[in-house]
Amino acid sequence: MRFLVNGKTHEVEVAPGEILLWVLRDKIGLTGTKFGCGEGQCGACTVLLSGRPVRSCQVPAAGAAGQPVTTIEGLARDGRLHPVQAAFLRQEAFQCGYCTSGMILSAAALLQRKPDPDEREIRAALNGHICRCGVYGRIVKAVRSAARARRAGTVK
Amino acid sequence: MPEIPDDARELLQHEIQTLRRRFALRRRGFFRLLGNGVLVGWAAAGAAAQESGRFRPSWMRHPLSQNISAWLHIAPSGAVTVYTGKVEVGQNIRTSLAQQVAEELRVPLAAIRMVMGDTRLTPFDMGTFGSRTTPTMGPQLRKAAASARAILIELAARRWQTSASGLVAEEGRIRDPKTGNSVGYGALTRGQRIARAIAADPELTPAERWRVAGHSAPKVDGRLFVTGAHRYPADQVVPGMLIGKVVRPSAFHARLVECDVSGAQAISGARVVRDGDFIGVVAPDQATAVRAAAQVRARWRAPRQIGNRELFDALRRTARNDAGHFEQTSGAAPAVSAGRLKRLQASYEIAYIAHAPLEPRAALAVWRHDHLTVWTGTQRPFGVQQELASAFHLPLKNVRVLMPDTGAAFGGKHTGEAAVEAARLARGAGRPVKLIWTREEEFTWAYFRPAGVIDINAAVDDDGRIAAWEFDNFNSGPAAIGTPYRAQYSRIAFHPCDPPLRQGSYRSLAACANHFARESHMDDLARLAGIDPLEFRLKNIPDPRLRAVFRRAAARFGWARRRRLPGRRGYGLACGFEKGGYVATCAEVEISGQDLRIARVTEAWDSGAVINPNGLRNQIEGAILMGIGGALREAIQFENGRILNPRFSQYRVPRFADLPGIEVVLVDRKNEKSFGAGETPIVGIAPAVANAICDATGMRLRSLPMLVDGRLPATV
Repeated sequence: MRFLVNGKTHEVEVAPGEILLWVLRDKIGLTGTKFGCGEGQCGACTVLLSGRPVRSCQVPAAGAAGQPVTTIEGLARDGRLHPVQAAFLRQEAFQCGYCTSGMILSAAALLQRKPDPDEREIRAALNGHICRCGVYGRIVKAVRSAARARRAGTVK
Repeated sequence: MPEIPDDARELLQHEIQTLRRRFALRRRGFFRLLGNGVLVGWAAAGAAAQESGRFRPSWMRHPLSQNISAWLHIAPSGAVTVYTGKVEVGQNIRTSLAQQVAEELRVPLAAIRMVMGDTRLTPFDMGTFGSRTTPTMGPQLRKAAASARAILIELAARRWQTSASGLVAEEGRIRDPKTGNSVGYGALTRGQRIARAIAADPELTPAERWRVAGHSAPKVDGRLFVTGAHRYPADQVVPGMLIGKVVRPSAFHARLVECDVSGAQAISGARVVRDGDFIGVVAPDQATAVRAAAQVRARWRAPRQIGNRELFDALRRTARNDAGHFEQTSGAAPAVSAGRLKRLQASYEIAYIAHAPLEPRAALAVWRHDHLTVWTGTQRPFGVQQELASAFHLPLKNVRVLMPDTGAAFGGKHTGEAAVEAARLARGAGRPVKLIWTREEEFTWAYFRPAGVIDINAAVDDDGRIAAWEFDNFNSGPAAIGTPYRAQYSRIAFHPCDPPLRQGSYRSLAACANHFARESHMDDLARLAGIDPLEFRLKNIPDPRLRAVFRRAAARFGWARRRRLPGRRGYGLACGFEKGGYVATCAEVEISGQDLRIARVTEAWDSGAVINPNGLRNQIEGAILMGIGGALREAIQFENGRILNPRFSQYRVPRFADLPGIEVVLVDRKNEKSFGAGETPIVGIAPAVANAICDATGMRLRSLPMLVDGRLPATV
């Protein structure tokens, strides 16, 4: 099966019942996408499929083949962090960091769709993500700060 | 418990039993039966003492190495490597410890690389728990670094034939201000080990003069976390690795009756590993491993076990007076007839809750002949090393455990279940095996924060002084069981019980439960005495630092200006002291029908000299959020040896929707010793919210969690 991940094509042998999460992690070697719950409840495995955030633990591998997938490893451009990544770093919007990949990808998709979300919209967009360390307040701040930076065009 | 070093207290408070592993005897007895009585931690119950035949097992008597070279090394380039057995699980000690070494060694923070939790490379460490890193490892590394600095100065003095007293260390170099001579640390040590003892009393930099410590430093390796480049235990990979799955028993304490693995064996690429009651499969990928495990037909027999409904009665019924029980009395009980005393007796109940770290237990095990290497997420790499050595009958030196920075723990990863299982699978498969627990496994086969019942019987006199304070804690634990309030008479007791579930350490241990009960009760006593809850507490707190955090929190929160709008908004507060940290929490709740929202929380915190203010704030904010979970919604449902809600869809942890406005007030005391802050900031939120609910509704909620199906109970 052919997968298009972060702009590269990967030819992968897929086992029956295989899901996108494990194809990315174990077959393509992109471990930035995390396993957290296996039922689409925590958001740690979030990737962008044709630009939209999906829970990769709920996506059959076959359902993603041939479509563009963006993982956390593909968000920075030429070593330059995406504005959301930069803002997470600046605000230190993580502790253990295990939820961070998923949070950042969902937030990046939100800003793509809505460049100036208010706090309520950010919370709603990210409510499907669990940060067990409880860093929610900083994450909201980081997303707002990323939105500002993005609009100001300081980081593209 | 006078003989016990501070570091060991946490292990004493909770025995954590290893999962039963009936690895059968085979091949020269390589795998031996591991009995049910073997404990990972040292047990308060008598079992472990009997087992080891002495008071403390050997690992507990390990002194910290006093040789500088055990803790730090300077490369010819000047790069500094620091070694510590402590581990990083999000509490940010990789940064705060590096800051302290940078401070004392006078090098830029970026020059330091921390090697943590590797049993081959780092000095022995009992484990990362009990908020001990800051008060013990911090000073240890500071001393080692300050001693190294003195030696570097000495080496430079010898090189320049001058007196050491005129030389200064700065930015990784020794400089002679008189001559302008300067030499880098790397050129002085040329990569050799500094095999000298740490000075008994090295010249440490006082906190007022800190330039690197005491200031917010960005998280070390932060970029790795926002780019997905950091490799957690679950992300470790070696060539030829297989994926493992364990077939779990039908219930706790179940024994295997019969098992047919032919269906699993028939799946191409899959292989079954069996050893006594242990059944697992390995396969080249997750999907095949999952499919094969599902094909194993196993029949188990389990004893009948109690469920939630019987929990609290069972705890009271099984209370024991043996090891672990204690009772402390001071003063004389007032006569029952003592007039004018207002009395209040009440019971509080605490449910079992789960740590649910976002990264479940994971391990990668690699055998080379009789040498075993395991990467796993644990708070006790040296404990897991011992667990592995004992499970596989290996000398300790044949086992290496490495702990990559892990996706959280919260006291829940003291043990090495996944490590032992991965190693057993790898042994059977003859290949490296990685095992990542599912969320259901993590919710079921890990351990829980102990449930408990707390009885308080107290009396207050006309002047608002506490005349009597009787406190009986059943099972939840003795952490922070004492009271910070003056009481004319007090009797405080902890009663160990027979717990129906495997239980152990959790962020702040029983301090959450004990603070919830005590601070709720204090609020009711204040009401009985007709005094404002803040005034009542301040009047009875002798410790000035505790009074100070209370005043700071109340001032910032606007306690004196709060407006009472009955039935709509309520205000509550609570305070506490534990593990060197002083905390005061104020909460405002909004109630609409049976719906509750925590509108805002203000928390003041004092743990002595602050090492990394931003990192500390992050910990406090996170602890408040985590505390909201146990306060309002989290509870493990169980019945007959099974967990009934082992999923995030059934066990609701705090989410963005639950985020209140949070204000943190740091009280930075430069002249006080620094203590840890990973735990105690969690203890104030539950009682502050309970008191706020009572303020708004008059309803006193005495059970954790307080909500029923996500809503306030209609009546108590």
